[in-house]
Amino acid sequence: MKQVIEGNQAVAIGAKLCRPKVIASYPITPSTHIPELISEFVANGELDAEFINVESEHSAISACLGAQATGVRTFTATGSQGLALMHEILYVAAGMRLPIVISVANRSLSAPLNIWGDNCDTMAERDSGWLQFHSERNQDALDLVIQAYKIAENKEVLLPAMVTIDAYSLTHTYEIVDVPSQEEVDAFLPGYKPLHACLDPENPITQGACAMPEDYMEFKYAQQKAMQTAEKVVDDVFEEFENKFGRKYRKIEPYRTDDAEIILLTMGSMTGTAREAVDKLRERGTKVGLAKITVFRPFPKKELITVTKGANLLAVIDRNISLGLGGATFADVSSAYINAADRPLILNTILGLGGRDPTVENFCEIVDRSKEVMKTGKVERPVEWINVRKEDVT
Amino acid sequence: MKEEEVELLAPGHKMCSGCGVALSTRLCINAAGKNTIVAASTGCLEVTTSMYPQTAWRVPYIHGAFENAASVASGIEAALKKLGKKCNVLAIGGDGGTFDIGLQALSGMFERGHKVTFVCNDNEAYMNTGIQRCSATPYGAWTTTSPFGKYSIGESRPKKPIAMIAAAHCIPYVATATPAYFADYQKKVKKALSVDGPAFIHVLTPCPSGWRFPPEKMVEISRLAVQTGVFLPWEVENGEVENLRITVKPAKRKSVEEYLKVQGRFTHLFKPERRQDVIDKIQKMVDEKCKRFGVE
Repeated sequence: MKQVIEGNQAVAIGAKLCRPKVIASYPITPSTHIPELISEFVANGELDAEFINVESEHSAISACLGAQATGVRTFTATGSQGLALMHEILYVAAGMRLPIVISVANRSLSAPLNIWGDNCDTMAERDSGWLQFHSERNQDALDLVIQAYKIAENKEVLLPAMVTIDAYSLTHTYEIVDVPSQEEVDAFLPGYKPLHACLDPENPITQGACAMPEDYMEFKYAQQKAMQTAEKVVDDVFEEFENKFGRKYRKIEPYRTDDAEIILLTMGSMTGTAREAVDKLRERGTKVGLAKITVFRPFPKKELITVTKGANLLAVIDRNISLGLGGATFADVSSAYINAADRPLILNTILGLGGRDPTVENFCEIVDRSKEVMKTGKVERPVEWINVRKEDVT
Repeated sequence: MKEEEVELLAPGHKMCSGCGVALSTRLCINAAGKNTIVAASTGCLEVTTSMYPQTAWRVPYIHGAFENAASVASGIEAALKKLGKKCNVLAIGGDGGTFDIGLQALSGMFERGHKVTFVCNDNEAYMNTGIQRCSATPYGAWTTTSPFGKYSIGESRPKKPIAMIAAAHCIPYVATATPAYFADYQKKVKKALSVDGPAFIHVLTPCPSGWRFPPEKMVEISRLAVQTGVFLPWEVENGEVENLRITVKPAKRKSVEEYLKVQGRFTHLFKPERRQDVIDKIQKMVDEKCKRFGVE
């Protein structure tokens, strides 16, 4: 059924349709509508679950960890400082192979305090062992939550997953979303059955043990293997979802890339704006295309290289900054090409930090700069910040 | 009965000989019984009982991190409700994981009313990292971060009254215990697990390595703590501190010196020169506390 809902509602409804048994949550702007809505679902009987109002995000993820380890599906929602506070336990959940699913409202990190959008928060967790799915639209948010559970719980994967929506541009923006029925979701995502880890007095096991140097690396290698296996599982689940629900997801989604000389690489809600810029530039005869990252972990190297085949320049656009280097996506993208025989020039643009909205003009500016670089074939400044008052910083 | 049905913490763990935490945990888990899930915080107990690929736990056991045993236990209890399973949930923390870094999660667990019993094994310093002071360290004690020196008498602050803080949450049951008085302790564990809501037991667990005494003296020192009034076993229901019951009353209180002089961590109070001022202050603190608790 089609509904006009905001991104937070899409996440909350998506989570509800997956029937989590324990939700532990702590309010944080701009994600707060999610626990508000889920607590309503529990209060009015739409969702049969325990809703724990914890005293911090650290406890939110810890309670999810305890509940998931006891054998039930769990959910929580956070963003920004809240995700940063969870940081320690994100690693623990991944190391214990508990397929917890959370949503993250991508918001900047302090200081200065700022409640608006960028994805520094999720980029800081890219090494934590969590699968990462990024939404461009509210529909993606709902669909990706459902698919994230299915991928995370696959017995060959067993990794936790985060699904992101950008602060305000999705969390508080109303869009038309096709909400599947409970029966459809039940058929796609059966109830959670813990196969590997469950706290049960009938069958006592120890979870969260210590491992000495002679064993620790094997645990990490197993996680890495699971990430590699997830590459295939993601494709399978996306395909099954498309067959059942008619909506197609891809790790990297191309747009007008076939004959493109320049490809913009985006993530999240800025993609819609970038797509508009591509159309505008195409009308003027510029051979420009767009590739959107939906799956950031496991990082879709192969798909990226395939999409950019034949392009002269890849313009990586980051709404985050790894200070002292450049954009986090840029670093990962560059590593994907390190041994590729045929690779495009790679430029990085930092924009839109702390909720400064990326505009069509910003993307046109990036394409203009890309053209200049292509003329010489030399990249003098790989990382450039745009739409920033450099003159104010002395 | 077979050994594994009686002893739910298996022998062969890596705790030091004479460890108070080892005895406390054994008494506690055996009183709780097989139908129990344990959530432990990082610390001595955790590293010594669950070193992969071995485990000493004959009940289901989980360790998440240092500060979150209470939150992990909250999640376990919530999941059990939804699964319709009835079993004890026991969270175990050291003093660091309870008094300091875990206090927020603990307070949250109390306030939300989870049916979880939290047992704090208190050996009065960060022993797992090598004897650093924490808010459970008593006044005058030496630790590696509260050293004795020209400008220091050792730990300069009194111990945080953790069990009273727990009682102030008005939860159904709060008690204190020591492994020396094991019958009293085990009775309290059973009572804690029987109440409909959160319970807290603060257990003083002497540490031969950190307190500097021979391993065979552990039970004796544990008993001396009570006999001198340094540590009082009591219980309180629903936060009604006016009805607090002392469960083991010292017949005639011994002087605190009896307790201090057998522990290396207080050696600096006796030599190279006797610090009567500090000993007197500790005695006064204990006397005042005993008076408040109605102990002669």
